[in-house]
This record gives sequence, C-alpha cells and structure tokens, in this order.
Amino acid sequence: MQSTSRDFKDNARAALANQTLQKAMKHVKTGFIDKRAKARDRLPEFDDLRDASRDIKDHTLANLDFYLERYEEKVIASGGQVHWAPTAEDARKTVLDICRRVDARVVTKGKSMISEEIALNQAMEEAGLDVVETDLGEYIIQLRKEPPSHIIAPAVHLTKEQVEADFRHHHRELPPERPLSEPLQLVAEARQMLRRRFLEADVGITGANFLVAETGTSIIVTNEGNGDLTQTLPRVHIVVASLEKVVPNLEDVSTILRVLARSATGQEFSSYTTFSTGPRRPDDPDGPEEYHVILLDNGRSNMLGGQFQDMLRCIRCGACMNHCPVYHAVGGHAYGWVYPGPMGAVLTPNLIGVDEAGHLPNASTFCGRCEAVCPMRIPLPKMMRHWREREFERHLSPTAVRAGLAVWAFFARRPKLYHVAMGLQARLLGYFGRASGRFDALPFARGWTKHRDFPAPEGRTFQQLWAEKQSGKAPR
Amino acid sequence: MSSAKQLILSSLRRSLRREQPSAEVRALLEQRLAAPQANLVPQRAQLPHAEQLDLMERMLKELSASVVRLPSEAAVPQAVADYLKGENLPPKLRMAPRDDLRALPWQSQPLLEVEEGIAEAEDATSLTGAFAGIAETGTVMMASGPEAPVTLNFLPENHIVVLRASQIIGTYEEAWQRLRAAQGRGVMPRAVNMITGPSRTGDIEQTILLGAHGPRRLHVLLVDDRDAVRTGD
Amino acid sequence: MPEGRPRVGLFVTCLVDMMRPSVGFAAVKLLESAGCSVEVPQAQTCCGQPAYNSGDRADTRALAEQTIKAFQGFDYVVAPSGSCAAMIKEHYPTLFDTDPEWKDRAEDLAGRTWELVSFLTDLRGMTAVDSRFAGKVTYHDSCSGLRELGIQAQPRQLLQTIPGVELTEMVERDVCCGFGGTFCVKYADISNKIVTAKTDHILASGADTLLAGDLGCLMNMAGKLQRRGAAIEVRHVAEVLADMTDQPAIGQPARRRA
Repeated sequence: MQSTSRDFKDNARAALANQTLQKAMKHVKTGFIDKRAKARDRLPEFDDLRDASRDIKDHTLANLDFYLERYEEKVIASGGQVHWAPTAEDARKTVLDICRRVDARVVTKGKSMISEEIALNQAMEEAGLDVVETDLGEYIIQLRKEPPSHIIAPAVHLTKEQVEADFRHHHRELPPERPLSEPLQLVAEARQMLRRRFLEADVGITGANFLVAETGTSIIVTNEGNGDLTQTLPRVHIVVASLEKVVPNLEDVSTILRVLARSATGQEFSSYTTFSTGPRRPDDPDGPEEYHVILLDNGRSNMLGGQFQDMLRCIRCGACMNHCPVYHAVGGHAYGWVYPGPMGAVLTPNLIGVDEAGHLPNASTFCGRCEAVCPMRIPLPKMMRHWREREFERHLSPTAVRAGLAVWAFFARRPKLYHVAMGLQARLLGYFGRASGRFDALPFARGWTKHRDFPAPEGRTFQQLWAEKQSGKAPR
Repeated sequence: MSSAKQLILSSLRRSLRREQPSAEVRALLEQRLAAPQANLVPQRAQLPHAEQLDLMERMLKELSASVVRLPSEAAVPQAVADYLKGENLPPKLRMAPRDDLRALPWQSQPLLEVEEGIAEAEDATSLTGAFAGIAETGTVMMASGPEAPVTLNFLPENHIVVLRASQIIGTYEEAWQRLRAAQGRGVMPRAVNMITGPSRTGDIEQTILLGAHGPRRLHVLLVDDRDAVRTGD
Repeated sequence: MPEGRPRVGLFVTCLVDMMRPSVGFAAVKLLESAGCSVEVPQAQTCCGQPAYNSGDRADTRALAEQTIKAFQGFDYVVAPSGSCAAMIKEHYPTLFDTDPEWKDRAEDLAGRTWELVSFLTDLRGMTAVDSRFAGKVTYHDSCSGLRELGIQAQPRQLLQTIPGVELTEMVERDVCCGFGGTFCVKYADISNKIVTAKTDHILASGADTLLAGDLGCLMNMAGKLQRRGAAIEVRHVAEVLADMTDQPAIGQPARRRA
C-alpha cells in the first residue's frame, strides 16, 4: 500500500478531530489491557516464559539460514512446496502464478499482515481474481476499502454503527428492514454472507504465526475459525510468511504460544491453533490438494546482525500498541502504513525507509510501556532511539530542532556560562510570570502553550541560591 | 538451488558474518531438531491425573464450552440425544468415520439420524473423537486423518467431541510426545487442530461473541475409560 | 554502605535548577535528615536527555562525560527525578560501548546513582517523614522512574506516614502524562490528547493535590490543569515529604492566596 507516514502529523491531527474514531478507540483500552494483566497474573511463570521465548528466537535468528533450509526440506518431504521471495514483487508474482496455473477464480483469505505488507489483494484484484477477506475485521475493512488499523484487530477503529451502515450498503440482497444494531446480529450476518464464499473458493491464502523447522509445519493462531475454513476447503492452500517466523521445534513453539494469546487478547489460548503440514494425504478425506509456502525476505535479512535484529523476534501480538498512549490517541491509520504503534515505529522504517517513515520513531514519549509488556522483550524505545540517531546523523531531523538543540548543547556543555544563562532566564521569566504564576502564551514555546499554561519559574536558580547559602547568606 | 533461495541465504549469511554454521554448532542444531527438549513448562497442569480431569473440565467451562462426564462410552448416544434436545437442535449428526464411534449403541436412539463423512455445508452438528485433551488450557487436540476429517471441526455450528479420560494430559509438551509416539519422529498429520473453546470474535467494538465462522457451541463428552484402560493393561 | 555520614552529590536536574529550586532544597533537607552530607557540584548542567532522545549522540556523550567528572568521588549521586536518575543509571553506560575506560567510569557512576525517594527508603532505610502537610493527595507514576527504576511503592509508603495526608489513587496512575521531553512540543496535539486524559483522571480522583517525582511531568500536568481552570495544586513529592510547601504550588502566583 502507498505510505502516508510522511504526513503523520496531519494524519494525527485528523484522527484527533474525528469523534467517531475517538469513540471507537476507547474500546482498545477496555478490550485488551485488563485482560492481559489478568492472564499474566494467573500464570506465575509468565515472565520467565517471556525470557525463554526471547532466548528461543535469539537462538533461531543466530542460525536462521540453517533452520530455514531444514524447514524447507521438511515441507518438501511432506509434499508441499516452498517459494523463496526476496522482495514483495517476487511474492506477489508467485501467488499470481499459482492462481493462474490452477485456474482460480475465487480466493479466500485468512488475516495476514504479510499480505498487507506486500499489497497482495490489490495485485490479485488487478489480475481479475475475486478476493474475499474472511476474518470479520478484515472483511469489514475490505468492504470499506481501508487498510487495517491494528495488527490483530483490523477494524478496531470502527464503531458498530459504522459496520451496520457498511453491511446495509453492501449486503443489498438481504431485507432492508432487518435488525442490525447489535454486534451479535452483525456477526451472524457476516457468517451467513461468508459461508458461501468459503465453499466456492479455489485457493485459500493464510499467513503464519510460526513455521516449525522440525516438522515443516506452518501455524496459524486464530479465534474465528475463518483461517481454518480458508485453508481446508479450497483445492490449494498458500501460506505467505516472512522468514523470521521459523522456530526450531514443537516444544519451542509451545513455549512462545504460551505468551502469545495472553499478550494479545488476554486469552489463555486462542480458540484455534492450527498446525498444517503439507497437502492432503492419500487417505485423508478432506484438505487441500496443494500446499505452498512463500517465504518472504523483503529486507529482513538485512536487519539480522544489526541494530534492529531484536525486532525480528516480534510475534505480532499487538500488546505494544494496546498499551501505547500515542496509539490510543491517534489510532493505527495515522501511522500511514501497514504496521502501527511501537512495533510499527521500529519496523516500518526498516521496510520503507526512514526518509519516508521518519516521524514514527519520533512520535513516542518513550514511556516504555510497550517494552514492559512485550512478550518477546523487544527493546522498542531503544530501537526508536536508534532511528532518531540515524536521522540526526543524516540530517533528516527538522532544521529548527537541530538548531535549538545546538544552542542548548552549546550552553549545557559549558557549566559556567550555562549557570549565568539559566540565572538570567529564570529571573526574566520569574519576573514576568510572578503575578499570575504562569504564562498562557510564550513566543518560544508555542507547542507548549497552545494547549497548556507554562509555569513561571521561582526567579532564582538553585545553583545561585545554593552558592549564596554556602557563602553564609540567606537563601532568598 | 533456486537463485531466489541463494540470494536470501547469502544475504542472511552476510548479516550473520559467517558461511555455514561450524560443525560443532551444526551438531547442536541437528540435536535440537532430532531430539526436542521441553523448555520451561508451567506448574499448573503438572498434577495427578484425576486433578488434570478436573482442570480440563474447569478450563473448558470457563471457555464457554459445555462438558458432561459419562461413566462409559456406552452412554454417549443417550448423552448426544439429550444435548441436541436440550439445545433445541435437530436430531441429526455428522459423525467422524471411526470404528469406536461406529460401535456405540446408536440403536438405543432411534430418532437420531447419524451419517458419517466429511462435513457438508448443511450439517448442523458434528460428532468427533479427539487425539488428546490438554488440561493446561482446556484444549482439545485433533490430529487429522482418515478417521478425523478437519471439516468436522469447523464447518458445523455445533461440535460434539468424545474425549476419553485416558486422553487427557497436562501440557502441550506431553501432547507432542504422544503424537511422536503415534506418528513417528518429525512426522505430522496434515493438520493438528488445537481447539480451545468455541469460535469467537472481538472484531466489533471488542465485544466478545461466539460463533464467528466456526462452531458456536463446543460440547465435550468426557468419558471415563480408566477402568477399561487398566483392565486392558 | 560507607561508614558514617555518606557524601551525597546532588544532581539538581536542569528543570529544578531553573524552574523550581525549592525542590532542590527539599531534597537537601530530606537527604540531611537521612544522615547524609550534601554537596552540589557546580560543574553539572543537564543529564543530556534532550540530546539523547533527539538522536544527538555526540552532545549526549559530552554531557555524560561532564556529569561523570562532576560527580567523581561522591559516595552517592541523588537526583529528585526518576528520568534523570535513569538516564545516568541505565543509559550512560550504553553510550561508551567502544570506549572501555569511559564505560568503566560510566558504570561506576551508574552504580552510585539514585532517584531521591527510593534512595531514602531503599538505601537509607527511611520509613517515615516528619511533615505537617495536610491534603487529599493523588500520585502520578512517572514513566522512567516506574519502569526503569521500579519506583512505585516508595513515595506512597512515605506519604502515608504523614498524618494529614489522605492518598486517593487515580485510574491509570501508571500511564504516561504525555510529556515525553521534546515530544510535547514536537507532537503537541497528541501530547495534548494524552495529558487531557491524564488530567481527567486526576480530577476524577477527587484529590486537592497532585504529586509526582519528576518536574517535567508535573509542569505538563499543572499547565494542563490550569488551562482547564482546575483548582488542584501540583507539587513535587519532595516538597511534601520535606514539609517545605511555603512556595506557591507549580504555576501558582507568587503570593499565596490563602
């Protein structure tokens, strides 16, 4: 998809003014945070499992070439095929080639962020395929022609009234006077509408939460069951997965699964954790005849061994954005590309360049809540800071910011001069602010005083008063 | 080797600043694949078997699944008929093609229509066996095969599972041990489905609702076969 | 722990120095009552966070070196700020990964550096304070202190030993106030949204005084409360613990109203 990350500030401003969005975003706080905390409290080993999960992924990343080759061997041994895709273009082309070869008309899809990353739907639609998103949230945003605003809850930015309006608009074949104001009615209607599409699909595409080298297995973790219908009913199942999804063995994946659902939705375990290995076996009564895995790199191999390697541990649970005050304020679309929130602030510049996505790692208070909840213990603020360093080195940060910083640093690096300057500033501001105790406008701090008052300083600096006290004078 | 594969592998190795892993490292990695070891396993389900059964039942109920304990397999047809009646569902069943289910005394329920095979679009209720019940999270594990079509787990609105007490274990790790014992090392059935409660969604205003695309109801018949297992030994 | 009266170097912090020196004097009083002798090196300015969080490694490093030199020889270095203390304690050592000599010096300083309240309770074993302050108080957990240094129980423990203090917790007390250093100016509208939510919670708590351990957050919340016309007083927790609340609260006029 076309990025609008450059316009982050404008996007954010629009999001803040959008009352419907603001109403919908309230559900993020109530829907995720307490549930995660309860799930964590219920499992005494939770934090130790986070350490263990981090270690498993670190080990895998350090030997990624080995595990990917072993994974491929196992997929082939179970009758499946692996397609290596260095770029998004390669991945799209492979999917289209398969669809063309099997003469596909209808393609169902389970939720996949990689599919969003490579803009797969657009490519398939342009090729004349009938593409149907089957995850309820994805289905809704497909009707609206919008990208997801959250990596596990794609339609979290919408209210039920908006969904009702969309369903009424698109499901013209249903009686117009039907009741549709309750979420339950909306879910039932989507179930009814999508049922037919599942059954007529020629190809089913899913993502993968994990790939298992031991067995050549791809795993999806879902709640609705749409992913399973997507990959079981059609003749062909295509998995699109990025290469860092691989883990060594089933025990390793079990460990990480214990932190995934708890961190994501606060469930003990998601409703459906499905392990798929190859196509239908000779005596299997159902399942796809073909099984393909597309292994996407798209810049990830370059992240290995560098400042951003830890990001490759990410298991896409969404806990970082669920707990992010900035994400709560502006929602996912403001970030302007596929991955929002703190994980997006680190990953997006890696994938589309920091020139394009430079705002993202800056739009953080560094409150650290994302890192505190990350099941894989990814140091997200640290990596956002690395991006800021790169921007600073490459002179990509705004000129005004650089100039202000240079003046400030000039003084801060010269304590004597600094204390004189601060003394003058404290006296000046203290003098003018004395009467009201604060300023409601300051020419050099408009960003501050636009929304809040600026307190007046007391009038003398601590260093001045301390020096006077030390030399025997009274401190005022 | 495809050029795309070559390209990616050499990029990975460039980033890792090495060629292939050394022989010693390789041996360790092979070991990790050939003889997987459990990592940290939570205490929760490391319990005597009777308590694992209780935990399984408790977790299932918490997930909005329903559970009935049965003294023996022979009680299954009656329990199925009672359940369908109680939920106001048609007395019709799509059953997994398994000998043990087939051998049940279905003739005791003449009103119940039982058909075997994969799920069809119009099937309202399926009846399947299971590979294991994992008490840790109330997870029912299915291993696909001739006797276990995957569609039965997802297509009908109501899914009834016959789970034997002897199939109940504590943890995921134990499930993998059992699966390896049944299938061979490093070999998986086409699909392993870990089912933890009915289908659900929170996609509309984070309101959790059941029956998004998969079964709206998951009903577990927990059959006490421990005597049978013991006498069988 | 060193014998006798430990020598503590006070890291004043640039905000306390310029904006609210009374917090510095409150810190001195608390440290002295905890049996420390306090000195204030003149060669200190700022811990360097504005540069660090803007990606300016060179100036950050220069300021870190300046701070390391200024606080050589003290038994402890104490700052009335979780975020400045965390900068020195958690981040300084990472600035010198390629310079073993400076890395050692940074780690040495990190090992001696403390945030004020946790120093009093955790290191000096302070269990009560002597303060006549009276009021219904709510406490905001500033992010760095909370998540990098684990400061949460300590200020509350001490506050609860003041007879006149009634502690009333706000919801989301551990959620960011939206300050974030330069963030609040660079992304003013987002910051405003966050501090609006924060001040909603503060007002809903029914407290008449808001306390926290970081002046940046306090100025942000005070400024928003005052812009909204709220009467709640905002102070650094050290002022209340030291019983030094003669100064008007943050952003209040020089002469006390009553």
